[in-house]
Amino acid sequence: MGSSSNTDVNVDFEVDPASYRHWKVSYDGAIARVAMDVDPNGGLRSDYELKLNSYDLGVDVELADIVRRMRFEHPEVRVVVMTSANEKVFCAGANIHMLGTSTHGWKVNFCKFTNETRCEIEEATEASAQVYIAACNGTTAGGGYELALACKEIYLQDDGNSAVSLPEVPLLGVLPGTGGLTRLVDKRRIRRDRADVFSTMAEGMRGKRAVQWNLVDDVFPRSKFDTQIAARCEAIISETTDLATGTREGVKLGKLGVEESDAGRKYSSVEVTWDDKARTATLTIEGPTADDVALAERGAEAMHAAGDQLWALRAYREFDDALLQLRCNHPNVGMIVVRAKGDAKRVIAHDAALVKTRDHWFVREVLLHMGRVLRRMDNTSRSFFALGDAGTAFAGNLLELALAADRFYLLDDPDNVVHVGMGDLNEGALPMNTGLTRIQAHLYGEPEKAEALTGRRDLLGPEDADEAGLSTMLLDDIDWDDDIRIAIEERVSLSPDALTGMEQNLRFVGPETPDSKIYARLSAWQNWIFIRPNATGPEGALTMYGRPERPAFDWRRV
Amino acid sequence: MTTATSNSVDLTAKIPNNVGLSDDPKLQRALERWLPNYLEWWNDMGPTDFADKPVYLRTAISVDAGGWANYGHVKMPDYRWGIFLKPNDAEPTVKCGDDAGAPAWMDVPGEHRNSLRRIIVTQADTEPASVEQQRLLGHTAPSLYDLRNLFQVNVEEGRHLWAMVYLLHKYFGRDGRDEADELLNRRSGDEDKPRILGAFNQPCDHWLSFFAFTMFTDRDGKYQLAALAESGFDPLARTTQFMLTEEAHHLFVGETGLGRIIKRTAQLEKLDPNGDVRNQGGIDFDLIQRTINYWFTYSLDLFGGEISSNASTFFASGLKGRFREGRYEDHKAMTGTYRLPVVEDGSLNEKDVPLRNAMNEVLRDQYIKDCERALKRWNKTIEEEGCDTVLSLPSRRFHRHQGIYADHHFDPEGNLISEDQWEAGKQKWVLTPADNDYLLSIMKPCHEPGQFANWIAPPSKGLDGKELDFEYVKLHD
Repeated sequence: MGSSSNTDVNVDFEVDPASYRHWKVSYDGAIARVAMDVDPNGGLRSDYELKLNSYDLGVDVELADIVRRMRFEHPEVRVVVMTSANEKVFCAGANIHMLGTSTHGWKVNFCKFTNETRCEIEEATEASAQVYIAACNGTTAGGGYELALACKEIYLQDDGNSAVSLPEVPLLGVLPGTGGLTRLVDKRRIRRDRADVFSTMAEGMRGKRAVQWNLVDDVFPRSKFDTQIAARCEAIISETTDLATGTREGVKLGKLGVEESDAGRKYSSVEVTWDDKARTATLTIEGPTADDVALAERGAEAMHAAGDQLWALRAYREFDDALLQLRCNHPNVGMIVVRAKGDAKRVIAHDAALVKTRDHWFVREVLLHMGRVLRRMDNTSRSFFALGDAGTAFAGNLLELALAADRFYLLDDPDNVVHVGMGDLNEGALPMNTGLTRIQAHLYGEPEKAEALTGRRDLLGPEDADEAGLSTMLLDDIDWDDDIRIAIEERVSLSPDALTGMEQNLRFVGPETPDSKIYARLSAWQNWIFIRPNATGPEGALTMYGRPERPAFDWRRV
Repeated sequence: MTTATSNSVDLTAKIPNNVGLSDDPKLQRALERWLPNYLEWWNDMGPTDFADKPVYLRTAISVDAGGWANYGHVKMPDYRWGIFLKPNDAEPTVKCGDDAGAPAWMDVPGEHRNSLRRIIVTQADTEPASVEQQRLLGHTAPSLYDLRNLFQVNVEEGRHLWAMVYLLHKYFGRDGRDEADELLNRRSGDEDKPRILGAFNQPCDHWLSFFAFTMFTDRDGKYQLAALAESGFDPLARTTQFMLTEEAHHLFVGETGLGRIIKRTAQLEKLDPNGDVRNQGGIDFDLIQRTINYWFTYSLDLFGGEISSNASTFFASGLKGRFREGRYEDHKAMTGTYRLPVVEDGSLNEKDVPLRNAMNEVLRDQYIKDCERALKRWNKTIEEEGCDTVLSLPSRRFHRHQGIYADHHFDPEGNLISEDQWEAGKQKWVLTPADNDYLLSIMKPCHEPGQFANWIAPPSKGLDGKELDFEYVKLHD
């Protein structure tokens, strides 16, 4: 397979502007400029060089951090110009040698994370009135063009040389892995026959023809490029209205406090422990305290003042980091037990306080962030069992964790009554990427039950919850320990590949959106192609890229 | 399908050719549509102000040994730019790579369309570029002999553009036509639409640079053409084979031009009581050395990356061979390695690279060897004139803008140095603005038959058996 091990690389997902190696970010009032300037020697592993603004996971971790901080720390920004500090290249896409020498799992994780960042860019444009535009001041190839496609508008330098291209199929025998194909036809509505031509044309398109085919929005000569982009920024600022209220004073995202050990990571409100031998982990989130609720109820300005210490932001940032750690650094852990501890009433009260003040820009960002973290969970290829036993509070936003899980076990013990319940955030504020709420997806075949739950704010005991269709299985205290143990042991004995496929098929019921297609369709195909001999076999195109030998294909269509 | 070619050129056609253009009306129409755009480009970007002067040019009237060098006074816009291919081999084959020995392709194979187009466009782009770079030089020519050589080089670069445009039109469909149009839209040194390769955007505004350009940069062209002459795409191989015969003259102009300057510099050094060449209005050896350093290294860049997947693909696919591929025994080059120094952790270490990935470096080796030969000849001239200066080629790592050495600094001997050391040394290593100012100050036209500027020695003999005072360009009616 030509794959070296990636297990010796431990990825840290927490970065901050002072530590960026690959990006230059500058701010000028309502305009931010994000210039890619990849350090060739700054790769996560040392066996490849990140030439020509090509990227690996480390580069994208920084980008994700930039996009997130842009929303929290720079709410004054209305236009973000994605561009390059490299003289000739905007971005050459994912580093091919990195892909060629990475394990399959690494490639999948890498693509998934980069996709999440691209979707986050689009969400910022649509939901936060932070409009991303791509100023492609050089060659824009592969993942570079996909990054541009994630922006609302694309402008290309017209210098007779700079082109946009998706050369993955003709050069590498794989697909554009970060939504490129879907965004061509679904987002930019490029005719599918033209998309077919473009996606098999290694050299791509430039100049007027790229505009005619809607691959870019316009081309500008090199000498006028910066002024034209600046003019476009001003126009966007005048066209964009952000109705959110509140003082546009950024909220600093501080470093997460983490206690690391061999067995896990402990944050302020989240704890993850793993057992690599048993291939299981437990992810516990602690609901808001009485003080947290009181603070939220004091209103938006108080929450704004609390900044990154607001429970909803702090706990979800921690949960996000824990998920990423599990995904990337603990590939053997196939089964994640999820627990939400605390007081159900408080969670619901906290949710209500958030929803009441959601017009405030900061509260809006907190809610959008929660939504993204939950979608990250939806897209995580691990089995999740939510365990509603004594002391748990799967209510309000924490009920989403139970609904995101593959199964929700609920304890039925009169001595320790477990409560679950709906809150204001369960009814549309935290959508799945299919556009459904998790309640709608959960009760897809029984919409009347979902309907009946809408607006209910009382707490449900175990039997009521089960009756309402919320729990997978109601277990009494006598059976609980054994049944749970057996369910987990059984789960971890099954084929991890089959489980990943099965879970992804079952989780995303209902309609599709471009976002859901990108993950479900494109990445599934991509992941298949990645392990096919025509890509990664000894004579596959990806294996052979840059080597003296040429690839040889098995011509049979599958 | 083969292309009908013969030794005889149809000179009566609007576009002279030996490819049977009249039998291919569609192609003929397309090229005839391109022709006025070409002429417009020539009028805008070709040599200024000499359009109505008869120049003693050679024009190809057939592609065999005797026929391509036919001399006569011609006004440049009336020059017969045409399409000439070396006649068919009996059974041409792919010369290198995985398919070495298989029949050559008479049409573009679909799987190689992209690579071939890129190769041809990159080569084609250099041809008009150099004409643009040299367009003002006529005004400061050191003699009519040199003026004529400049114009000969210019019209032949124009013809080479035709040769490449023919391939684009005939074999690459609509994309090819678009690329042919783009070749006339890019401009050397233009901020918005520069030429593709770096050396072809450098200013060439005086004759020392012109001779250095034809010596070093056109010599890159020779090696690129020679590598393409080994192409498995037969029309490309035969086109470049014919271009090589013309390119030889350009190299002659550069090598002898620099040689004559060097000879004159040696004479002036002896003439001056203090050995001060500039005091005598000449070009000192230090400045010549800086010129060599500058143009040699920009030309090295043109060969591409030292470790290159493109180079490997081009060779493996049989699109581009080595210099004189026929002299190698193993045309597949699957097994060998090439050892070269790379920068790792702040020092130079030897590294073995698969031979195919090092094909640019293999070609660069041949080029450097050829340049060293010229240096030897010039040093002999200096010695014969009784001076003790020795000119040299800088290391191939020095002053590079492409490839694995581009992000580091090296001195002319090839030692890794710091940025500060580079900044401190560069004034004495490569051409400076002050050098250019000085050169422009001494470049006064010398436009009378038989006269030569003071800073250059006359050639040892005239052209085509003519005397040195022959009126190579008729400037007066």
